Amino acid sequence: MTEAAGTEERGAGRGAAARGLIGRAMRGDAWTVGLVAIFVALFVFTKLLQPAYGLDALAIASLPVAFAAVGQAIVVISGGIDLSMGSVIALTNVTSALLLMNAPELSVPIVLLVLLIGLGIGVVNGVLVVVSRVPDIVVTLAMLFVWAGVALLVLGSPGGGSVPWLRELITGTLGVELLPRALIVLLVVVGVVWIPLRRSRLGLSIYAIGSDQLAAFRSGVNVARTKIVAYGLAGLFASLGGLSLTASTGVGTPIPGPYLLLSVAAIVLGGVSLAGGRGGLLGPIVGIYILGLIRADLGFLRVEPAFSTVIQGVIMVAVVMVGAYLTLRRRTA
Amino acid sequence: MTDLLLEATGVAKHYGAVAALRDASLSVRPGEVHALMGANGAGKSTLVKVLTGAVSPDAGTILLRGQSRNVHSPAEARRTGMVSVYQEPAIIPDLTVAQNLSLTETPVDAFRSRMIDLGIPNLDLSATARDLPLATLRIIDLARALAIEPAVLLLDEMTAALPADLTARVLEVVAAIRGTDRSVIFISHRMLEVAGLCDRATVLREGRTVGVVDIAAGAEEQIVSLMLGPTASAPRGPAEPTAAAATAGADEPPRLVARSLSAGRNLRDVSFELHAGEVLGLVALEGQGQDELFEILSGQLRPDAGELEVEGRAATFRHPADAIRAGIVLVPGDRSSALLGQRSVSENIGLPGIASPRRWGLINGRAEKRRVAAAIDRLQIDTRAQSEVRRLSGGNQQKVTIARWLESGVRTFLFYDPTRGIDIRTKREIYQLVRDLAAAGAGVLLLSSELDEIQRACDRAVVIFGGRVVDEMPAAAADEPTLLRAAHGLERAAAAPGGAA
Repeated sequence: MTEAAGTEERGAGRGAAARGLIGRAMRGDAWTVGLVAIFVALFVFTKLLQPAYGLDALAIASLPVAFAAVGQAIVVISGGIDLSMGSVIALTNVTSALLLMNAPELSVPIVLLVLLIGLGIGVVNGVLVVVSRVPDIVVTLAMLFVWAGVALLVLGSPGGGSVPWLRELITGTLGVELLPRALIVLLVVVGVVWIPLRRSRLGLSIYAIGSDQLAAFRSGVNVARTKIVAYGLAGLFASLGGLSLTASTGVGTPIPGPYLLLSVAAIVLGGVSLAGGRGGLLGPIVGIYILGLIRADLGFLRVEPAFSTVIQGVIMVAVVMVGAYLTLRRRTA
Repeated sequence: MTDLLLEATGVAKHYGAVAALRDASLSVRPGEVHALMGANGAGKSTLVKVLTGAVSPDAGTILLRGQSRNVHSPAEARRTGMVSVYQEPAIIPDLTVAQNLSLTETPVDAFRSRMIDLGIPNLDLSATARDLPLATLRIIDLARALAIEPAVLLLDEMTAALPADLTARVLEVVAAIRGTDRSVIFISHRMLEVAGLCDRATVLREGRTVGVVDIAAGAEEQIVSLMLGPTASAPRGPAEPTAAAATAGADEPPRLVARSLSAGRNLRDVSFELHAGEVLGLVALEGQGQDELFEILSGQLRPDAGELEVEGRAATFRHPADAIRAGIVLVPGDRSSALLGQRSVSENIGLPGIASPRRWGLINGRAEKRRVAAAIDRLQIDTRAQSEVRRLSGGNQQKVTIARWLESGVRTFLFYDPTRGIDIRTKREIYQLVRDLAAAGAGVLLLSSELDEIQRACDRAVVIFGGRVVDEMPAAAADEPTLLRAAHGLERAAAAPGGAA
């Protein structure tokens, strides 16, 4: 009798827990859902402006910076920031382009080597932050210059080459137009790395050190190791960005594009708190696509480029403000 | 020696030139609740950090069940059976309760049953920690520690900011560990808790263990004298409330009058008068509207209804600067919300003068220096670490928050739990300071979470429950049982007949 009652109670508890879980998932993802809605609306608008514009063009153009945003998001969730992102993308871009031009037959080992280099650079960044105890922003600012210089040492001017299979991997669509290969590659790579991590104690630790470092330390989290892992992942994703740049352009460019600022903009838009501990990876990815579409639309509308960046900035602030306002209202309601 | 559960001997730790611990020892028997006592700066926190692996000692040995034990992180300490619970719960705000449990690899069923013991039977584990009340988080932290059945449980000021009803629950659960094969190291500034709960007490002073006391009748005085040491000046006793002070200002208008203040759901109807030369005690369990009341009085929050009167004139505060201009200042319990931790003692004391409303131009350096020196001198602030306020001890920080207002002609002080987490010697100094302020003609409103403070420092007490004033009494009648009953919303008349006698 008492046993049955106990089971029932536990069952009810589980039901409540499940309901809470769904509710929380919806609350947590409301931002992402909103972003997807904005994206769809923008895409329809773009199609009306320029019927020939395809999702695959957007996906290819956005791939490097989408990887950068994912890496940046992981570091920011852990409570840091990686300003060297753009330089690492440039460095891995020129390294892969140079190696692929000289030894196209070794393309697979070269790709793996470049990924390893990215991971290693990230780990170096992380170790420096942990060991020096200098703030993240200072260490990675210094590393921005270091890796930018190394990129120029590797390749003094744009050059190098690529291999066809890399380009084919991200070009075109998978059957229907709405499934560009570049998007599939992005989602598969991020999914393979992030989903198991998110469910592990290490993933929880990344959120924990970003949310409250002292509480995390006292909870038994190895703060230093977790930080190094976060920076390592950021380096890995930066090298994926560099590789996708090689794949899409076919050359290596030692001067990095505006990947750093775009990645920070995308994670802010994507609902990741710059204070750490909050957010996910899907939001920043959608954020990148939204920023890309806005830029494309302003081009189709023949807005003067200088004015176009002003509009992009205003739209970003507006979206974040409205989003914060809606979140606040939901919480007090 | 093997009958000891934990034995630390000769522990020393230096930070640069500063010796935090010189020669500390601690031996804990199985099944005992062992108090670790010491004034602020005596080395308690450092010893705790050493025991939990947060810092490694320069010298000394630590034995757990006779085995040498050398840990380098809280995670390792946890694995060897040593878990600590601090005043600030080690709960990650952005994770859910369940995620916090899996982060520390805590068995959920054991956690649930401990929560039931502690009086919170139906907690939603999927709730985000940030959305839970602080008191609940403290209980969660304790239940999580208890759930893994540690050999040694270390409670560091865990009860310091807990409402009275939860404190009682915690003490009950801790007492149940007595007589098992496990033990508790208990750190608290509340002598009553120590006397009621602990078997023995180890006293630290200036980084050394100066005595181990068996808790029995008279142990309290023994502990206090060990803590204060032979070199310290004779402790000033608890301040004697002066009835004369209260009547002195009777013919002038009250310093502060609150009429039917209400705000939000928590503060419904609070009225009181605060006179010049008076210390008015305010007693409330956690979350009875006192936070909102203090925010209104200090100009941080505008009331939904009700009126404020300052020295006979109606007042509306739109900003803390308005309240300060009217001569009303808040001294918060949480020093970090009042001080600029990375700035110097002088700058912190000087700030209200410099930043006073409508004041522009350059700072008059010499006048500033005089003002600051006078305040430091008056409060006997230990200024050895004066270049950064955050490096001062809690008691000295609190003195700085008070000192900054002393020289700026403030006449009404709002103290929000000023002695939280402060050692007994500094506490006494703060009581004396509060009395001195009143004697000099200030009106003082003093919220306290320690009920015995009311009789030590106040002339009169007001009790708030459910956002309303439920009782008012002279300090002489405000003994702990009376206050406790009133604070729980129970009638006083039936509870304490002749309480004023």
